[in-house]
Order: sequence, then C-alpha cells, then structure tokens
Amino acid sequence: MNAHNPSGWRPAMPLDAPPGQHAATSSGDRGLMLEEPLIFELGQPGTCGVDLDEPEMAVLPGLARYLRSAEADLPGLSEPEAVRHYTRLSRQNYGIDLGPFPLGSCTMKHNPRLNEKVARLAGFADVHPLQPVETVQGALGVIVQLADWLTALTGMDAVAMTPKAGAHGELCGLLCIRAALEARGDAREVILVPESAHGTNPATAAFAGYRVESIPATIAGRVDLGALEARLGPDVAGVMITNPNTCGLFEPNMKRIADAVHAAGGFVYCDGANFNAIVGKVRPGDLGIDAMHINLHKTFSTPHGGGGPGAGPVVLSAALAPFAPLPYALRQSDGALRLIEEDTAPADHPQGLGRMTAFHGQMGMFTRALSYILSHGADGLRRVAEDAVLNANYVLRSLEDVLTAPFGASGPCMHEALFSDEGLPEGFTTLDLAKGLIDEGFHPMTVYFPLVVHGAMLIEPTETESKSGLDRFIASLRHVAERAKAGDPALKSAPHFAPRRRLDETQAARRPVLVWEGWT
Amino acid sequence: MTPSLGGSEAMRYLPLTASDRAEMLGVIGAADIDALFADVPAEARLDSPIAGLPRHASEMAVGRHMAELAAKNLSAGNAPFFLGAGAYRHHIPASVDHLIQRGEFLTAYTPYQPEIAQGTLQVLFEFQTQVARLFGTQIANASMYDGSTACWEAITMAGRITRRGRTVISGGLHPHYIAVATTMARFTGDVLLVQTPELTAAPDDAATIAAIDDETSAVVVQYPDVLGRIPDLAAITEAAHSKGALLIVVVTEPVALGLIEAPGTLGADIVVGEGQALGVGLQFGGPYLGLFGCREKFVRQMPGRLCGETVDADGKRAFVLTLSTREQHIRREKATSNICTNSGLCALAFSIHLTLLGGAGLGRLARNNHTRAQAAAAALTRVPGVSLLNDSYVNEFTLLLPRDAREVVNDLAGHGILGGVSLGRLYPGETDLHCGLLVTATEMTTDEDIQQFATVLEALLVDTHEGAPT
Repeated sequence: MNAHNPSGWRPAMPLDAPPGQHAATSSGDRGLMLEEPLIFELGQPGTCGVDLDEPEMAVLPGLARYLRSAEADLPGLSEPEAVRHYTRLSRQNYGIDLGPFPLGSCTMKHNPRLNEKVARLAGFADVHPLQPVETVQGALGVIVQLADWLTALTGMDAVAMTPKAGAHGELCGLLCIRAALEARGDAREVILVPESAHGTNPATAAFAGYRVESIPATIAGRVDLGALEARLGPDVAGVMITNPNTCGLFEPNMKRIADAVHAAGGFVYCDGANFNAIVGKVRPGDLGIDAMHINLHKTFSTPHGGGGPGAGPVVLSAALAPFAPLPYALRQSDGALRLIEEDTAPADHPQGLGRMTAFHGQMGMFTRALSYILSHGADGLRRVAEDAVLNANYVLRSLEDVLTAPFGASGPCMHEALFSDEGLPEGFTTLDLAKGLIDEGFHPMTVYFPLVVHGAMLIEPTETESKSGLDRFIASLRHVAERAKAGDPALKSAPHFAPRRRLDETQAARRPVLVWEGWT
Repeated sequence: MTPSLGGSEAMRYLPLTASDRAEMLGVIGAADIDALFADVPAEARLDSPIAGLPRHASEMAVGRHMAELAAKNLSAGNAPFFLGAGAYRHHIPASVDHLIQRGEFLTAYTPYQPEIAQGTLQVLFEFQTQVARLFGTQIANASMYDGSTACWEAITMAGRITRRGRTVISGGLHPHYIAVATTMARFTGDVLLVQTPELTAAPDDAATIAAIDDETSAVVVQYPDVLGRIPDLAAITEAAHSKGALLIVVVTEPVALGLIEAPGTLGADIVVGEGQALGVGLQFGGPYLGLFGCREKFVRQMPGRLCGETVDADGKRAFVLTLSTREQHIRREKATSNICTNSGLCALAFSIHLTLLGGAGLGRLARNNHTRAQAAAAALTRVPGVSLLNDSYVNEFTLLLPRDAREVVNDLAGHGILGGVSLGRLYPGETDLHCGLLVTATEMTTDEDIQQFATVLEALLVDTHEGAPT
C-alpha cells in the first residue's frame, strides 16, 4: 500500500533545487552523508585489532644489532572501528554497483560475483607461486585454458600471460618486437603512434627504448593512411594502433596498414583496450596484427578496484611467439601441463624474453576472466560486442541533437560515442557537463580524451546497461546540456550534491601534501 | 570438459531484451546489428560464434568447472607449508576480505572524478602515509604492480636523478627481481652489475660495497636478503653516498619491518617492496602490490600515482590524484614511466590489515614470526646432515642439505609437505647453491607442521645416506 503523498514525488522523478539553508549539525555529518577522519586521527599506535600471542622466546642474538629503535609510528584500530572506518569511506565512492560508469576506453561493465567467489577458492587463492609444479596443475590449467580462449578469440598463435596491466602488456609486445628485430640483426629506432593514441602508447615506446613519431588522423577520425605509408621505412620498427580507435571507430584500413608495415619490415602492435567492441565479431589476427594486449579488467570484467589491479596478457603472431617472456605455461602434446622457467628455457624456449614480473602474472584475474568467458561462451561473447555497440550507437543517436558528434555523420560508432564541446555556450565547458552529471547521480564519461577532439566527451555504456538505464542516463545528460545552453550559472559550480564540491587541484600540485604529518 | 548450456538464448549478464534491441535499432536507423559493424571489412567479419568453442554456461556449471580445477592444486592450508621467497602466507583478518568486496571499492575506477571518489582517495592517502612510516621514508606513492617491477622502476628513477647508468645489484636480491631488471636493461642500455650470492652466514655486503665506483647510479640491496640474512644497510649507505650513488632497498617481506629497523631510517634513498604479505593472499603470484617510498626531494622523478591533500570549494579537506605532469597521460613519451595504474584494491587490503595491526600489532606479529622461525630452524637442524646457513634472520632462513634441495622439495611434496623453496629452483645455473633450501615460518606455522616436516625430511635424508656411496 502506498503512503499518502501530496506531491506525488517518487524516485526517478525530477526534483527542484533544495532550499539554500541547511540545519547546522554538531557532528559535521548530515544524515547518511557521513564524514570520516583519517586513521591517524582515529587510532593509537598501541591499539591492535588482531589477537596475537606475545611470544616467549628471545630474539636471535645475531639479529640484536638490527632491531628497530621504536615501534613503527602506525595507528591501530579495533575490528569494529576498522569496519566502520572503511565502510563509511566506501560510501563516498561511486562504483558500477551503484549505476552506469560510462567512462570511454575504460569498459566499466558489471563485475559478476561468481568470479569473485571462484577466485577465492583455496585451490587458487592459497597457492604459492613457487610450489612444485605437480602441486599446481589446476593453476596451470587455468592459465592454459584462458590462453586457449584468448588465442581462439583473437586468431593469434600464442599469448604471453604475465604482464600485470595494459601498459605492461604494451611493453611486453614492444619488447617482443624489438627482440624479433634484433634476432634478425635489424636495429630500428622508431615507433609510429597515431596522435589519437592513449598516452601509454608513446610512453611505452619510449620506455622500450624507441623514438616516437606521431601520425595524424583524418577528418573522419581514422589513421591517415597516406601519411603512415609515406613515413614507413627501414628505420621504423613498427606502429602502435588502437582498433577500434580512441574515437570509438573501427579502422577499416587495418589490414592495408598491416600489409604496408609488414612490407616495410616492421611489426604491428594493436592496443587491445577496445577489444570489447569486436570480441566474437572479428579476430585481430585476421587483420594482420602481430601483438595485442588484452585488458582482462575491461573486456573480461575483472574488477577495477578503484585503480587496479589490472591484467594485460599479450597475444602474439607466429613471428613473435618465440619471444614471449618467462615463465611460460603450456600444454604438451600428451596433455600434461608444463611450466617453462629458466632451467628449461634454453632448450624449450631459447629466444624468450626473461621475466617481466617475478611470478606468473595476475592469477587472481585469470580465474575471474576464465569464469567470465566460460559463463558467456562463444555465443555470449559475440552478443557482448553486439550489445555494447548497440548501446553506444543508441547513446550517440539519442544525444547528437543536443551535443556535437564530430564523427556522427561518418556512420555508426563502435562501443563508445564521442562528442565535442562545439556548440556549448561561451563560458561552459565539457568539465561543467561532467560535474553536472555527478549531481544527477551518474559517474561522468571520459572527458578531454581523445586529444584530437576539442573538449572530448567519450561515452562507453557497455553491454551490461539496460535500455531503461540508458534512457535515464540520456535524459540526465540532455538535461545538463540544456542547462548549459540556458546559461545556468549553478552548473558552473557543480557538483552541489556530491560528498565534495570541486577541488583545488592547483594547490594540491603546487604544494604537494602526500602524507599525514601529525604526531612527529 | 568445459561447461556449456543447451539451447537457451538467455544470458544472465546481458539485460537487453529482443524487443529492446529492435526498438533501439529503430532509433539508430539501422536495419540490423551487422549494419553497425559496417566498417569491419566483410572478409574479416565473423558470421557466427567461433567454431569449436563452448556456448554460454550457467553459474552452477561454471562454478563446478572452476572448483574442479582448484581441487587439482595442493593449497597451502592443506599441507605443512614453509614457502616464502617473495610471497608469504600470513593470517588475513576476515574483515579485510569483507571490506574490499564493498562494491563501492571493488567496482570503482581510478579516482579521476574526485568529488565522488573520496573513499578511494582517502584510502590512498592513508596508504601512502602507512608505507612511508613503515619504510622510514618521507613519502610513498599509491602502489605499483608488484615488488619486482617497482624495483626496476626504482633503478630507472635513480638513473634520472644521478644521470649515471650503472647499477650495482647485490647478490642478496631475489633472482626474479634481478631477472626483471635484466630483461628491461637489455633494451634500455642500463648497465647492471649483478652478483650471485655466496653461501655464507654473513650477507654479501663486502662484495656489494667493493663494486661501487664513481659511475654507480644506485646500489640495490634486499633487506632481509633472499637467503633471509640481514645486510648492514648503514655501512652500504655510507659507501654508496661517498661515491654519489643512491641506495635502493628492496623489502619483499614487510612483516620483517615490525622487528628490524626501517630502511629509510638507516639512510636508504629509495625503498621499494612487495606488499603482498599484508592483506593479500598468495594467489599463485598475483595480483600483488608494489610499495614505493623515497625522499621528498625526488618526488618529481617518482613513477606511479600520487594522492595529495587539498580542499574543495567549500573549504573542506579533500584528496585528489596529483603531480600527474609526471605521468603518461599528460607527458606521453616524456613521462617518468609508462605505468597507467596502481594496484588499488591490493593497496586497500594492505592498508586495512596494517590498520588492524597498528605499530604495536606489527611488532608483535613480527616477533611471533621470528619465534616460529626459530622453532622451525631448531627442529630442522636436528635432522642429521642439515645445517643452518644464517646467523641472522627474521622469519626466513636457508638450510644446507646433504643433497640437491630441488629433489628434496619434490619428494616432500610427494609426502604432502610444502617444504620451502629450493635454491635450485631460484638459481638453476648455479650448482654450488643447489644444496640450499629456503624455509619460511610465520604465525600460521604450527608445532605439528614443524614436527611433520622434520620427521619426513629426516626419513628422506636417511634414505639418501643409505643409498649414498661411503
């Protein structure tokens, strides 16, 4: 039975601006808007929330000269205090569990809880990376099964599983390219990167010892094929291309680009950040790609955790497979699972790069990603790409009358819809729209990226948003855009309803305060 | 076999219905889904699900498949367990895993919109402070991939500061950390002077110090070292600084710092480490988290994300990612590193565990570990033919066995005992080290575990003696 409600207001109906005056509170909290001090302001060094025996034995005599002069200056909290501290802090965060998180190029999709459950099985969570290989056959089984799926979905020959994140995967791919070139005695110095690329691409190329040169984009948002072909030559080790690209567009000339690069003796690295748009629809190996990292935390839904951990396995063509780093797990012809490490590498994987990380990569992410992949199957993964692309095009066409879609006329987008700030009235920016969306209860889209579009807004809804959820998001973004067009000054100071208003980021950078400095 | 469902079209993670899809295609003005993929060349487009792969499967079926794989592993809780060497098994309070599964932490992105990410940001600020205090450094960053990659980042950072390109790496550094640096240095041109550890009671400080010269950018020392020994950081600091080199200290077992002096206090310029031991399970090697602290004057050469304090428009204290002009999304090819992430959720777990412990609890935990390790060392060295290398250690030490320790470890596993890490596994090319067995004991190690290990080890080695020529 409904309560008596004279206004008729209920959730999802518009709400007028609140009155300017709030009642003062002595706590600083306001109802469920709870503020939380730092642990250093709450805890004491002597407090401990873990019961531990105080041991009776003495310190080893040989250790005596190395002992601490005083206990570490770290506060402790009892368990109830700690649970409350972190729970209160969590409520100041937005997460996918609360609503859409349409960050373009980030693929913030639902994180299935089955995957959390299986990752916590003791057989995966409580296994040491250096146990005898016979005792970890199930862990190697996860790695090899996931590797099989990744190579099948991409049409590639092998996969380097150990890279810890997307940028680490880029590094792995470029080192494989460099090792392959060195193996044929071919020292090349330049990596070509389109100007629309994510910042990790040029940074990775530089970190791998290459000089980076930029390739312009066409007015249709694609790589300028003519400029690329003109620059190819004996000094070019390869190109790094993002496909679908950071404008949310497929590179229709990908195969031609790859053929041209190969003809000039180079390799093609593909940034696989946007693989979610094409999984099950196109195999990158069919487009001539030599190496591509796969962000398991994007396409295969492992949780982003407030900024990592990620996971960035790299699929490799036959030309690069011999250079995959150690350790390297594989299935022998008799079905047994093997782990190639330094002892057997000289015989079995002689050209392999050494380690890029101490152990086997992000095992906790492998279990989650395999669980996700098995849940979807080949049919479900294909549907993932289709629904992701459908949702993005729906957003594109539902907003292009109030926002400028710079490439909207060139056809459908892939998994993300790109808008620019063109047409916003004087004094209003992309940032204002983003902050206005926060007040509407949404996480904003990616802003000011890619750099090739002025005031970019890149919206990636992903396939796990319902149509009704998208309709609510679209209505809110339309409302915010219309407020901008009406010159609403309150939008300039949004957000008003978030745990914090706009921050003074200049002060934070000018006089960095990176640690709490009390007690000393 | 992998699981698969029969004819069902439903897929539990995909909310769009057939009528939604039809209606949305109408709004878009597309005839069908494939019209949206028109930019994909027809010859590359797949017309149906990739052949030979299973179809979608129920939660129940996938759960069963994954449980079967998990059951093929011998998990640490099902055996007397003595492995360490860069990954440690400690008790993780139940509240840690509960709290990191709060959806607002678990399913948040990098806090680029600070107004709605103060939870993550305040945790990072607290984490940075905890790491700095644990390490005795002035500042720390918001975490990195893991200890081994943080170690390489520290080497390149020291090169940027000193403008020198030669790094002295102590033989006590974990060989996999050396391997990561070696992989990278092959391509960057950095020169690494790498040493192999000697099986001596004292760590390799003298050899490390002897390798430092006027061209040395940095000296890398693990503390405690890979064999569990404690290097004399004060002496190495003095030697490094007298030549204008920086001291990088690597800590793979942060619990040890509850007992031994903080590296920064002993003069280290950069301290990096593996944070897994606190709050993060073994997980077959990842995800873990790299810890990274240094002197404040080096902040603009530091890699990785940094969280700083500021205020909002209402004057309220708030936190924000800062100094991003060092990072790849601003600086592109001129960035201090290509890294684009931290290990946020692992940093949260580390921070919660350390908050539950506090300084007093960390000290007690470390003493507890030290005591268990002494008990293990005492029992195992009573086995005929077994001797202890170290005269200093916290919770990890090296035993010398009368035969190849790698075989012994495999034989122990055959008896259901996970009996440490052999130096043969870590140094396959160094046959002089192959009698070494690295053994770790923590607060999780029981007297019964130790007794079983000692009993089976004795039986295995007796067999050796009986079979050996006299």
